Amino acid sequence: MNDAWSFFLFAAFVDNMPLTLFLGLCTFLALSRRTESAIGLGIAMTGVLGVTVPLNHLIYNGLLAPGAWGWAGQPDLDLSYLALIAFIGVIAATVQLLEMLLDRFFPAIHAAFGVFLPLLTVQCAILAGSLFMVERNYTLGESAIFGVGSGVGFAVAVVMLSAIRARLSYADLPAGLRGLGIAFILTGLMSLGFASFAQMAAAQ
Amino acid sequence: MAARTPFWTTLTDPLIRQNPVTLQILGICSALAVTTSLATALTMSVSLTVVLTLAAGIISVIRRHIPDTIRLIVQIVIVASLVIVIDQILQAYFSEISRALSVYVGLITTNCLVLGRTEAYARYHAPLPSMVDAFGNGLGYSLVLIVIGAIRELFGWGQLMGIQVLPLADEGGWFTPLSLMLLAPSAFFLLGGVVWAVRSVQTEQVEPPDHTPPSRPEPAE
Repeated sequence: MNDAWSFFLFAAFVDNMPLTLFLGLCTFLALSRRTESAIGLGIAMTGVLGVTVPLNHLIYNGLLAPGAWGWAGQPDLDLSYLALIAFIGVIAATVQLLEMLLDRFFPAIHAAFGVFLPLLTVQCAILAGSLFMVERNYTLGESAIFGVGSGVGFAVAVVMLSAIRARLSYADLPAGLRGLGIAFILTGLMSLGFASFAQMAAAQ
Repeated sequence: MAARTPFWTTLTDPLIRQNPVTLQILGICSALAVTTSLATALTMSVSLTVVLTLAAGIISVIRRHIPDTIRLIVQIVIVASLVIVIDQILQAYFSEISRALSVYVGLITTNCLVLGRTEAYARYHAPLPSMVDAFGNGLGYSLVLIVIGAIRELFGWGQLMGIQVLPLADEGGWFTPLSLMLLAPSAFFLLGGVVWAVRSVQTEQVEPPDHTPPSRPEPAE
C-alpha cells in the first residue's frame, strides 16, 4: 500500500505534467485566468486521465503489443504502431461518453465545464499519459494510479497558478509582460519549486 | 479567390506578427519540452511543419465531404496517420534523436497548433492557400523552437548542434555550463522573455490590463 501511495505522489508531484514535462500547457495557460475554470479543468483532467490510461493499458497489452496475438497463432504480429490511433479513439470516446453522462445526470456540472470538456480530446497531457504508460511498461494497477495521480498533479498546479494570476491582475507590470509573458515566468517559478520534489525522490 | 490570395503575407504573417506560439498560445508543450538541444528542436520543427502542411492540404481537399458533426474525429485521424508515418521514419533513420524526443513526436497528434490551423483555416480555404498558411505557421513555430533550443544548448552545454562553441572551464577554457538551462524552469523563463521581447516591438499584441489603477494625484509636499 505504501508503494502505491509513493507512486501516486511521484505521478502527481515529481512527474508533474505541466511543470516538469511541459504537457497540456495550452489549456493550462488559457484556463488559469479564473480559479473556477481552473478547478473545473482539474477535475475533468483527473476523471479523463483516470479512465483512459488503464483502458488504454488493456487495449495496448491485449491487442497491440508485440506478441499480443500469440494465442491466435500469430506470435510475430506487432501492431504497436497503431497505438497512437487507438489511444486517440479511446480518449475521444471517453470524453464523449463523459459528456453525455454529465449532461444526463449532472447538468449543472456539465454547464459549468462548458466548452473545455470536448477540448480534452486534443489535450496533449491526456494522450501523453497513455504514451508514458506504454513507454515505461506500467502494470494495470500502476497505470490506474499514474492516471489519477497525474490528473491530481495537473489540478494542483493549475489551481495554484490561477490563484497567483488572480492576485497579479492588480499588479503594475511592464506592458509587454502582461498576460501571457508573466504567466510563463510564473509557471517557470512554480516549476522551479516543483523541481525540489525531484530532489526528494532522488534522496529516497 | 485563390489566385488573388496574397501568398506572401499568408506565409510571412505567422513568423512574428501572428506567431502561433507567442501570440496564440498554440503548441507550447512541445515547444518547451524538446528544446534542450538544437538538434532535437530542429527535428521537431521539421516534423511538425511537414505534418501540419500535409494535414492542411488533405483536410482542405476533402473539406466539402466531411460532415460537420464528426469533423474533429476525421481531422484527428488524418493527423494521427501522418504522425505515425513521421514517427516510423524517425525511428528508422534517426533512432538516436527519436529516442531523445521520446513521446513528444507522438504528441504532434494533439498539438493544438495543428488542430487550430486546420479548424481555423484549412476548413474554409482551397488546398494551396491552406498549405501555404500551414507552412508559414510551421515556420513560425520552428523559429521560436530554434531560438530557444539554440540558447539552451549554447548556455547549458556550450555547444551548438553537438559542436563545442564555448571552451569549457574544466577543459582549459573559460565557460562554466549553466545546468539550470537544461532544466524545465529555464524553458519557461526563456519563452516568457521571448514573448516579452516580441510584444515590446509589436506593441499591438500587448494584452489590455485587467484593472486600471485609479489615477492618484502626486502627494503634495
